[in-house]
Amino acid sequence: MTDTAAAPTSSGPINIDKVVIRFAGDSGDGMQLTGDRFTSVSAGFGNDLSTMPDFPAEIRAPAGTLAGVSAFQVHISDHDITTPGDAPDVLVAMNPAALRAELAIVRPSGTVILNSDTFDERNLKKAGYVEDPRHDGTLAGHTVYEVPMSSLTVESVKDLGVKPRDADRSKNFFALGLISWMYTRPVEPTVAWITKRFASRPQVANANLAAFRAGHAFGETAELFDHPYEVKPAHLPSGTYTNITGNTALAWGLVAAGQQAGLPIFLGSYPITPASDILHELSKHKRFGIRTFQAEDEIAGIGAAIGAAFGGHLGVTTTSGPGLSLKAEALGLAVSLELPLLLVDIQRGGPSTGLPTKTEAADLMQAIYGRHGEAPLPVLAARSPADCFDAAIEAVRIAVTYRTPVILLSDGYLANGAEPWRLPDVATLPTIEPDFATGTNHVDEDGNETFQPYKRDPETLARPWAVPGTPGLMHRVGGIEKADGTGNISYDPRNHEKMVHLRADKVAGIARDYPATEVEGDEDAAVLVLGWGSTWGSIGAAVKQLRADGHKVARCHLTHLFPLPHDLGDVLRRFERVLVPEMNLGQLSRLVRAEYLVDATSISKVQGLPFTGGEIEAHILDALRALGPSDGAQEALARTEARLATTPAPPAGVTLAVAGADAEDA
Amino acid sequence: MTDTASPATTRKDWASDQEVRWCPGCGDYSILTAVQLLMPDLGVRPEQTVFVSGIGCSSRFPYYMNTYGMHSIHGRAPAIATGLAVARPDLDVWVVTGDGDGLSIGGNHLIHALRRNVDITILLFNNQIYGLTKGQFSPTSEVGKVTKSTPFGSLDHPFNPLSLALGAEASFVARTHDLDRQHLQETLRRAHEHRGAAFVEIYQNCNVFNDGAFDTITSKQNRGANLIPLVHGQPIRFGDEGERGVVMDDQGRAAIVDVADVGEGALLVHDEERPDPSLAFALSRLAPGPTAPTPVGVFRAVERAEYAEQVSAQLAAAQTDAGPGELSQLLTSGGTWEV
Repeated sequence: MTDTAAAPTSSGPINIDKVVIRFAGDSGDGMQLTGDRFTSVSAGFGNDLSTMPDFPAEIRAPAGTLAGVSAFQVHISDHDITTPGDAPDVLVAMNPAALRAELAIVRPSGTVILNSDTFDERNLKKAGYVEDPRHDGTLAGHTVYEVPMSSLTVESVKDLGVKPRDADRSKNFFALGLISWMYTRPVEPTVAWITKRFASRPQVANANLAAFRAGHAFGETAELFDHPYEVKPAHLPSGTYTNITGNTALAWGLVAAGQQAGLPIFLGSYPITPASDILHELSKHKRFGIRTFQAEDEIAGIGAAIGAAFGGHLGVTTTSGPGLSLKAEALGLAVSLELPLLLVDIQRGGPSTGLPTKTEAADLMQAIYGRHGEAPLPVLAARSPADCFDAAIEAVRIAVTYRTPVILLSDGYLANGAEPWRLPDVATLPTIEPDFATGTNHVDEDGNETFQPYKRDPETLARPWAVPGTPGLMHRVGGIEKADGTGNISYDPRNHEKMVHLRADKVAGIARDYPATEVEGDEDAAVLVLGWGSTWGSIGAAVKQLRADGHKVARCHLTHLFPLPHDLGDVLRRFERVLVPEMNLGQLSRLVRAEYLVDATSISKVQGLPFTGGEIEAHILDALRALGPSDGAQEALARTEARLATTPAPPAGVTLAVAGADAEDA
Repeated sequence: MTDTASPATTRKDWASDQEVRWCPGCGDYSILTAVQLLMPDLGVRPEQTVFVSGIGCSSRFPYYMNTYGMHSIHGRAPAIATGLAVARPDLDVWVVTGDGDGLSIGGNHLIHALRRNVDITILLFNNQIYGLTKGQFSPTSEVGKVTKSTPFGSLDHPFNPLSLALGAEASFVARTHDLDRQHLQETLRRAHEHRGAAFVEIYQNCNVFNDGAFDTITSKQNRGANLIPLVHGQPIRFGDEGERGVVMDDQGRAAIVDVADVGEGALLVHDEERPDPSLAFALSRLAPGPTAPTPVGVFRAVERAEYAEQVSAQLAAAQTDAGPGELSQLLTSGGTWEV
């Protein structure tokens, strides 16, 4: 199952360093729940992990069809990992459709566990199989276990008075029990969870417990499996950990940012996949004074957030691609009003409805440029599920400090994927200063003290934030061009040009706050991999693997996409080749080419799926080969080729533990 | 909202220093004057008052009020005002919109603001034309209207703004016009007093692109015969001598009769507080347009839970039940383990 399997002891499990398991079944089979439980137990056990739910857009596509297949991939390891794994080592397929949909990505010689009860003529036909794949060579090379999960589940609950049709619904817990045995997961946490979760429906709780225990016992007693495996806890930095998805981390980041700024949060949002979970999460936290407003449409969502921002709240709106388009006009208003506002875009496959449950990162250009007129605003992107927390705080800091709308980009992969997160010490989180205007800020020609709503801070160019209720600071804002300083309507051509420049300069100045751009890996490498967003994990896995083979490779990952860091051009020009993997047709690569005249190469993937580490590795290898021989390169290449020859699907889940380097040094 | 300890204000306190730039003779001037004169009477403070508007001639209104204000984007004022009013229930939030802004591009936000019953006062200046874009038909223009965009006559069936507001279950619905300051102010005073979303349609003359659209009913000489004042608890009657009245026919329709024919006892007695909106709806359908006898005044004023107050109550209840949120508790709420 892995490269480093130790010899079995007489009775105990075999230690392996990592495993990638993919649970797949019908939408109604509860595979997301099964995967989620396996993940939680593994997290509690101390493994490092990374997950990727992969579900269809249809809530319940016809049972047994390919369209209805829902999958959950989890990668657990005894060391630091950053991706859910390239190729599953184990596929659990609850029906023929799940097997047909998922088999292609299972690693050669991987393990396939089938619910054999479902492999009847009807289900095979629904899945599009002409022959039974169990007998026609389809599964050649794989280790296949056929387990009659449905009938064993029904058998296990027969004394509980559960109707056979309902009994079958517990089969996902049978599968969970079996896999829990195979990978030596503790049983108690799942038992406790089932008991609590189904407390109000004791019969369901009992059926699920019985099925779970039956699955576990089956693994132990059936002479199908030689021995279980175990993935030991990972050696992670010490601290308190929780398992977290990107959307939850982002919601918690907003809660934290509100607290650090001393601002009540107002979320105006319209339900849209895959962003809705942020609305769901924040709507629970009324104790923090958070107001969540489910608006009548996307435009009202941002409109209400702008209204709340005018009132001195932290206005936030959350959406996905189509919603970003709908909010574009209101974003322009927010640019003109110069009010703090955060728009969170959980990107998904586009255009239009596109692939609503699948990931993509093709909204970058729209985020940066997708407004009429000269309407610059800062754009940031989170890089991992846990990083969504920090990215949210940084986005709010910029919005509040500079009185500007900010777009924070995440994507479906980060949103639903999970990883262990070492909790920060809340006392060390950055403080955000709203600095509301409390009095006049100007003396007019007649010596009267007045308030100028567009008189700027000389350093940040931010305007005062004077909220209704403050005596003496009454003022009007609007979308019509404003006179510099007074904010009154102005059609003066020179004033418009000045205001356009002032707004642009203000946003450009945000880059002054950034830390120096970090380059990880080999400072003297010829190849730099430049990334943004959720490609972080896969790029890291690829770079780590190639460096382990002896190649020299560097990587740089951007959080701030607009304005770009001041030192980025210098960083990029230090490398002979710059590769830019993106889940779009080359949006960042086009930007850096335009901005820095750097011959960046786009690596593109738009399949609704994240890059695997192996895919990125292959592109880096191509670049390394093209550069020709240099010191040690031939040996490294030989090592890589030897490795790839023995593991056709490059193993993922390798960590990026390259030393951080100061970009200024090179 | 009324701070009795606040010093009294005068009209001067409510007028901004900006030059008013509507066309000379526009009905908007009289509405602005009526509002600026009314505000001191309401006992409210300029710094506690916010006017939010969209786009259109009427939407320039906030610039001329010495309050907090936002001239936003086309049609979105009710959504923006909703966010502001929910975030800041201590403020007095007004929305100024028009028939194009509020009923066409912003129709969705208007009906949803009304159904939620958030505490905002919405003034819809209805001039039955697009003025700022120079004279296209609007969603309240009559069928057959010849405009720049409909040289052969408009085919669009118009909205009845009051029927629409009542259909959205607005808790306060009224109509007034720009030529009667007293009626206008009294109607706005009632709208402002109302707790929840208040919707006021104001017939407003656009003397450039749709001059005289309401003359048949609002001009001094026609008013007596063609405006039907609605007074809560009173039989509905009108005419210079009060000789005409309104009855409910056996189909549930409001109909105009001669009082002499039916007797005063048969007249419909106006009840703005009736919980079901059918009476108000019937009255909103009485006139096919502002060219026949038309009711003005408060059609409906009922108590319904106000939205922002309920939002605040949920927050307060959560904090009372479990105490204010603790970030460190939140971060560990999903289960943790130590390394």
